[in-house]
Amino acid sequence: MTTSIPITPAPRKGVRPRFSLVLGAVIVGFWLVVAVLGPMVAPHSPGQVVDLDVFSPMSSAFPLGSDYLGRDVLSRMLVAARYTVFIALIATLIAAACGIFCGLVAASGGWPDAVLSKVFDTVNAIPSLMFGLVVIASLGASTTVLIGTLALVFTPGAFRTARALALNVTALDFVTVARARGERLPYIVVREILPNVLGPLAADFGLRFVFVTLLLSGLSFLGLGVQPPIADLGALVRENIAGLGFGSSAVLVPAFAIASLTIGMNLLIDAVSARRAGGGR
Amino acid sequence: MGGALLTLFLVSLAVFSISLLMGGDAAEAILGQSATPEALAGLRASMNLNAPPYLRYLEWAGGLLRGHLGTSLITGLPIAEMILPRLASSLQLAGLTALVSVPFALTLGIIAAVKRGSFLDRAISMATIGIVSVPEFLIATIAVLIFAVTLHWLPALSSSRDIFSVTDLIRVFAMPVMTLSCVVVAQMIRMTRAAVCDALDSSYVEAARLKGVSPARLVLGHALPNAIGPIANAIALSLSILLGGVIVIEVIFNYPGIARLMVDAVSTRDLPLIQTVAMIFSATYLMLVTVADIVAILANPRLRHR
Repeated sequence: MTTSIPITPAPRKGVRPRFSLVLGAVIVGFWLVVAVLGPMVAPHSPGQVVDLDVFSPMSSAFPLGSDYLGRDVLSRMLVAARYTVFIALIATLIAAACGIFCGLVAASGGWPDAVLSKVFDTVNAIPSLMFGLVVIASLGASTTVLIGTLALVFTPGAFRTARALALNVTALDFVTVARARGERLPYIVVREILPNVLGPLAADFGLRFVFVTLLLSGLSFLGLGVQPPIADLGALVRENIAGLGFGSSAVLVPAFAIASLTIGMNLLIDAVSARRAGGGR
Repeated sequence: MGGALLTLFLVSLAVFSISLLMGGDAAEAILGQSATPEALAGLRASMNLNAPPYLRYLEWAGGLLRGHLGTSLITGLPIAEMILPRLASSLQLAGLTALVSVPFALTLGIIAAVKRGSFLDRAISMATIGIVSVPEFLIATIAVLIFAVTLHWLPALSSSRDIFSVTDLIRVFAMPVMTLSCVVVAQMIRMTRAAVCDALDSSYVEAARLKGVSPARLVLGHALPNAIGPIANAIALSLSILLGGVIVIEVIFNYPGIARLMVDAVSTRDLPLIQTVAMIFSATYLMLVTVADIVAILANPRLRHR
């Protein structure tokens, strides 16, 4: 288990990693700011029909055009981005917290390891979108159910990464020394193991955020995610899909918004892990 | 093998117990608004809903094993009858996608690994990052926008019913297969590249290189056989992504496959149908993983004695 994560060759030093670091950070930071402040600066109420025409192109009155009912796309985007970012963020946080906790417990071995590994293998054996569909069919699509499902679907991945990383570190000398000093298990986990796996765990968190965002958007696109009257970015794509035929900004802008958020996050992760001693995915 | 069967058993427990969480039961779902307490009680008795959950689980799982998939709550048709034609057309789509994407991804992955650090390698890795981070429906909508709306080359909707010639086949399947391939290929290229890079960095490849083995033989004869295990795993994982991706693709292209049946079943809350389809998807996934494990063991004799 020493090299469970493939190591890519020496990082390409120079302009590129820093460039993608800055670009990724700017994009992700932009969406975080939009998620926090967006609804406050929205020019119109997101539900209000303000344009007599539908699917009108970008203009000075409506910077991103209007949607299939004549609502302001910019205002709807600003509100939808908040739902996408926050739902994905909360779900990822829960998944990472559960996954890391269980992963560290499992790394100490014994029967908890066997049980936890089997349980998470099981959850993993149901394709994620399928799993989401089954849960939503049974419990209905509320925001709480959505967050819980997304968190559950992505806990096994976080668990597996945390467990593998912790096992790698546990085998190192300083952990043996700490044990020989007679330190207790919580001390060893929190002070010796955790600081040494924090970097890769952060990269894993970013990657999982990307997956959560994509699954959330996919569910909303199928009409099974965030339910009207509220809408996230995936739901905006779905409700304006009729505008695709003439390239309306109402469908293109939210679709590209999702892509920019996830690509930005990926750039950030790649740049950060390239900086850390050439490791990375 | 045993591990996969145990997992499948646990999956069936999970899928069944989720349905227990549903507010109300199947009888209420069927009768809907017109439910009188007497009708509900009668239907519950006839559907055996009063039995304790573990008995109902045994009945359901036993039925699945013997090929009795039950009946749909909404249409009242036997589920097997509804699923079979849909499953066939989904497999057609998935099979064609695998046929296109696997050789393509392996070739690109190996080339990227061999030409590591070159412009080509960087271009491929940028492209795969881009594709991995984009939702499937964006790729699909862009494809529709370009090929159906702007160029009028391909129909925006796909149906396998009106196929009379090879040209028809290509016209119908081109866009769904292309979109699905994009989704699957990126992951496969990244993992293939990593596996081949690992093999190329090993000391026996170094030794072969020093011996003066030609570059082509170095890759094909020395590095590749040792990367087969990880590559088989990469293919299995990617094809399982295909299982998920197929849901969105079938909805967008209005393709009459099993995944669309599933999505429709979710909006009507047709639980027996949902459970069966979920089991089919999970069983397929486990089968892929098991086959990959077997291939890895066949390719690497050292694993046989673990």
